[in-house]
Amino acid sequence: MFLKDHRELEALRSGLMTGPAPTRRLWVCGGPGCLASGAAQIQAALASEIKKQGLNSQIDFRADLTGCLGLCEKGPLVGVEPEGFLLEKVSLADCQELVSKTLGQGRPIERLLSGHQPIKNHPFYQPQIRQITRRFGQINPESLLDYLKTGGYQALGLALSALSPDQVCQMVERSGLRGRGGGGFPAGRKWSSCRLAPGTVKYVLANGDEGDPGAFMNRSLMEGDPLAIIEGMTLGAYAVGANKGFIYVRHEYPLSVERLNRAIEAAEKMGLLGKGILGSSFSFNLEIVLGGGAFVCGESTALMASIEGREGQPRVKYVRSTQRGLWEAPTLLQNVETWANVPLIVEHGHEWFKSQGTSANPGTKVFCLVGQVKRSGLVEMPLGTTIGSLVFEVGGGSPPGRSFKAVQIGGPSGGCLPESALDLPLDFDNLSSAGAIMGSGGLIVMDNLSCMVDVARYFTGFLMGESCGKCSPCREGLTLIYRILEGLCQGQGRPGDTLELKKLASLLSKTALCGLGQSAANPLLSTLRYFEEEYLEHENERFCRSGRCQGLFWPKIDPDLCSGCGLCQEACPAKVIFGEKKQARQIDLANCLSCGACLAVCPFGAAQAVRQDS
Amino acid sequence: MDSKESMESREAKDSIKSQVEGLLGSRPRQARHLLAVLQDIQAAFRYLPKEALLMVSEKLEVSAARVFAVAGFYKALSFSPKAERLLTVCQGTACHLRGSEKLIQTLESRLGFKIGQSSTDGRLGLETVNCLGACALAPVATVDGAVHGHLTPEKALDLI
Repeated sequence: MFLKDHRELEALRSGLMTGPAPTRRLWVCGGPGCLASGAAQIQAALASEIKKQGLNSQIDFRADLTGCLGLCEKGPLVGVEPEGFLLEKVSLADCQELVSKTLGQGRPIERLLSGHQPIKNHPFYQPQIRQITRRFGQINPESLLDYLKTGGYQALGLALSALSPDQVCQMVERSGLRGRGGGGFPAGRKWSSCRLAPGTVKYVLANGDEGDPGAFMNRSLMEGDPLAIIEGMTLGAYAVGANKGFIYVRHEYPLSVERLNRAIEAAEKMGLLGKGILGSSFSFNLEIVLGGGAFVCGESTALMASIEGREGQPRVKYVRSTQRGLWEAPTLLQNVETWANVPLIVEHGHEWFKSQGTSANPGTKVFCLVGQVKRSGLVEMPLGTTIGSLVFEVGGGSPPGRSFKAVQIGGPSGGCLPESALDLPLDFDNLSSAGAIMGSGGLIVMDNLSCMVDVARYFTGFLMGESCGKCSPCREGLTLIYRILEGLCQGQGRPGDTLELKKLASLLSKTALCGLGQSAANPLLSTLRYFEEEYLEHENERFCRSGRCQGLFWPKIDPDLCSGCGLCQEACPAKVIFGEKKQARQIDLANCLSCGACLAVCPFGAAQAVRQDS
Repeated sequence: MDSKESMESREAKDSIKSQVEGLLGSRPRQARHLLAVLQDIQAAFRYLPKEALLMVSEKLEVSAARVFAVAGFYKALSFSPKAERLLTVCQGTACHLRGSEKLIQTLESRLGFKIGQSSTDGRLGLETVNCLGACALAPVATVDGAVHGHLTPEKALDLI
């Protein structure tokens, strides 16, 4: 069906909303974590089971894949509507019962339930405000009709029938929306600048080149609600006067590409993309560009170079992209999550948008909470929530036997913040003054077994491999830093290493060409700022207190804490741990490899790292 | 003998050329599609044959220098053939914290070749990826695109 104007759109929507709704639905989580543990096979098994049990002929029962339900730790997840149950760790063997009992009779399967039902009372979900991720668990992301039914394209219909491009621009500016991809640049300023830039050809771009390790919020959005991004971009194109847009997607995300392509096709068929959208004189076309596996392409100017078909190397930004960007034309580039906020602002108004978050950081943000935390997953919270409430209330804190040490925020350009920062509000300004950045919103929790020198080495190694090589501070500086860090982790530290690292880090951040290079020292600078004693221990004592750097500690089992479970004994590759059942274990250090395997498996914190000379 | 070999290699070159011709036909012949075309060729041959790159240069009217520069820049593209099956270990931060580095070391020593290399018969290759977004299942790896979580070296070896 081709929609000729916004009245037809509203007629279709009200038809959908008053039409027959499925009596009961099973939502199979289609997030990256659950897909990795077999969600697609479970969805297929449920669908065939529904047919087999003949349920589809009686009432409208459904089992669809939906966007990420968040609690990745417990996947594969299946949500039950309207009861609001969430079933955890569902396997193929559960499918028959799931259909006959849960779908057929609305009764949950007890063994798959967590202690908190309905799920909105679960401590993982209770503090969350799901605004950007509201459709996850509500729609099939491959269905445009589902999108319309949940308010989709209301904003575009309104804009094209009643708002001028300038008014849309003003709404975004007044909302105070800040870019969700990294630095938090005010979106409205970009919009106005691009709108006012001279030129008849303009572009809008979405950055979906999510390359930060430990971050999958953009992927979840592209796969869970692709049309929200597309509608946001269409509104942006209308506001600034662009007729062509590109979504740049990381090549490791084939499903994102597939979903976005399908969504574009569906929108074109309905007249929501293409020529004369909803009967107006506004035309807009969208195209997907697949990345080539280069982290640096997440940088705005490198991304544009890549779309132009060149090597993705950044350029110096003497002139902003909103003036001269893609093919030298005024270009509005935003992260996919920023775009997904736009329909909400246009539909509900800027005042509504500001009701969440803080005055300088309005709205919500999607975070990925991962690492050494009990409940990892995808979380949406208002900006300004404290780091502590995210890690401890939502995430449940460190795993048993471990204690919280740091949280790494913002990916390779971000920083590691210590326990004293737990009361810090998660917003763009507070994080950068503490030495981290919001980045795309990845939070990686680290505990007492995470070595901060090793973490700095890890991120520096990552960035060294991803440096595009154009400027020497980044290309050579990272290599020099990495060599020193590697030496420290291998027990070959030299006096003065820590001081040398400080010098190199400051030089790198002051002289690199692009934003990624300038921030490449952040993991090092922040760990030096908050955990310098660990560096000095590595340098002067050849000691790794976290039991991470092999050879720089001896493991020791505290007999008061040891339950005698024997997990360490099983894990030990050198077979030097001995002891009787239910008795405290002992280690024969003469043949110990100092590998830390016993520390990693101990759930009681009994296996500890001590200095080798003690 | 020599002439037979060169005939074979000529045949191989011709077959590459006709395949590339087909791949080029599926996209508009504009310079901006260079990366996409190279990705198509990579997918078809598991590497970028020199003949193919020269053809792309000619048909898209882009200098050979630029074609080779782009081919060398992106990690998804390679000048030498990738293995038939790939074991790709995630080295995202969550996987790193949960021991992906030890996993990689063990795999390298058991398989007898390093990350970025293949077995001598070209059947199996070992690679790393920055993050797969399945952090809750760390450490993870993919075999032919399918993701496997909570890996130990033994489990990973079983996969292949």
